Amino acid sequence: MKREIPILITLIFGVFMIIQFFIPHPSINRIAGTLQEWAIVVISFSYVLGSANILRINGEIVYRRGPDWPYKLALVLAFLLMVSTGLFGGIQEGSFANDKLFKHIYVPMASTMYASLAFFIASAAFRAFRIRTWQAAVLAISAVLVMLGRIPIAQDIWSELPDVVEWIMNVPNAVAQRGILIGAALGAIATGLKVILGIERSYLGNE
Amino acid sequence: MARSILDKLESLDRRWIFLAIGLAVAFPIFIRFGLEPNVSPPVKAFYDTIEKLPPHSRVLCSFDFDPGAKAELLPMCVAVLRHIIEKGHKPVIFTLWSLAPSMVEEQCNAVCKREYGLKYGVDYVYLGFKEGREAVMVSMGRSMRDAFPNDFYGTPIAELPLMSDVENYSSFAVLVNISSGYPGTKEYVQYVEARFDIPLISGASAVSVPEYAAYYQSGQLEGLLTGMTGAAEYEKLIRRPDFGHIAMDGQTIGHLVIIAFILFGNLIYIINRRRKA
Repeated sequence: MKREIPILITLIFGVFMIIQFFIPHPSINRIAGTLQEWAIVVISFSYVLGSANILRINGEIVYRRGPDWPYKLALVLAFLLMVSTGLFGGIQEGSFANDKLFKHIYVPMASTMYASLAFFIASAAFRAFRIRTWQAAVLAISAVLVMLGRIPIAQDIWSELPDVVEWIMNVPNAVAQRGILIGAALGAIATGLKVILGIERSYLGNE
Repeated sequence: MARSILDKLESLDRRWIFLAIGLAVAFPIFIRFGLEPNVSPPVKAFYDTIEKLPPHSRVLCSFDFDPGAKAELLPMCVAVLRHIIEKGHKPVIFTLWSLAPSMVEEQCNAVCKREYGLKYGVDYVYLGFKEGREAVMVSMGRSMRDAFPNDFYGTPIAELPLMSDVENYSSFAVLVNISSGYPGTKEYVQYVEARFDIPLISGASAVSVPEYAAYYQSGQLEGLLTGMTGAAEYEKLIRRPDFGHIAMDGQTIGHLVIIAFILFGNLIYIINRRRKA
């Protein structure tokens, strides 16, 4: 019963959510709306679960003086500081959590991490775009054209360059992306059906 | 001797590349070129969608990105908000990213309140953040008040004049999504655009755009802005050059340096290959 009841619940609600998409009746919509509200509540609880996990796992390491415990301590303290200031002082413009902690500490650090990608991309491009085969040549030439086409002097280099870039994006790129999207969608449908029909049970855990 | 230099160049220490990129993007801080971007068709299509809206339309704006993508996407948000406001439309702004609410709030207030002197609740509204990703997107299609009972400041949205008669997506003329990943444009196309019949225009970080190009080409996106370049192009269209324009200098030199490294790497590789053959 421990496995059968969750599978039955998944089957009933899964089939209902598929059917409701095709029946725009107010009563069906109402039930579907309620179920979606439940989904939002469950997703929101993942924050509570995640927070508890951070405290449990890192707190345990700090308590045992495990590997890298000073970093874990910094994480726990930063977490508690952010949560407490946000909960009691709010996160609006002008609040301590927003103006001092988020805006002046978190934002510059996150921007720095993201900006450092430019350096790694340049280094990777230098090594990866070697024309070893004709496929590599197509990739390297496309990359150079798109990079050139995305800068303001593209038209000065070659008047047709922006159009060439648009063609690369709208034809070869769009074709490949559609293939990937359709493949991923079919995979998602298959996985969804397997979950609804109880074939895929890994989400229930190993017990 | 020559062989050893060529071998060294082929496997160039990446710190030299980092230094070159660092200098390239820092150079425009001291010397500005004032480069003007060329407006691409997807950006023009985005602009035209806002231009053609009926007067005083409500525009739903979902700004979904974290501080990491702030430098790339915030100039776009500012340019789009300015256009919406200057055309007399009323933005209703929210976010589905947990790290965005205070960042987006600050920008909303900077543009809507301080720059244009708009009245909160009458000319614009900020709903803040709601967890639930796709579930929230679909929930808004059923009832806006179920998805966002209160705005960011805790005021029931029924008490805000701009929101008093809002029901769902049908109360908005267009949905503007500016995002750097999940949940974002892809999910709005999949769960909202066709199902709730609302025109969707998108701005995205440059790495996401190749994926969204297929949606633009199929007409599911009516316009598409690409990263910092998209912001600069949009600023040009609304005749308000700002950070997007400033960043174009750095981006141009950065791209040219990367291209130079690709060409240089291949040149050394070809010379080495011939020598070894």
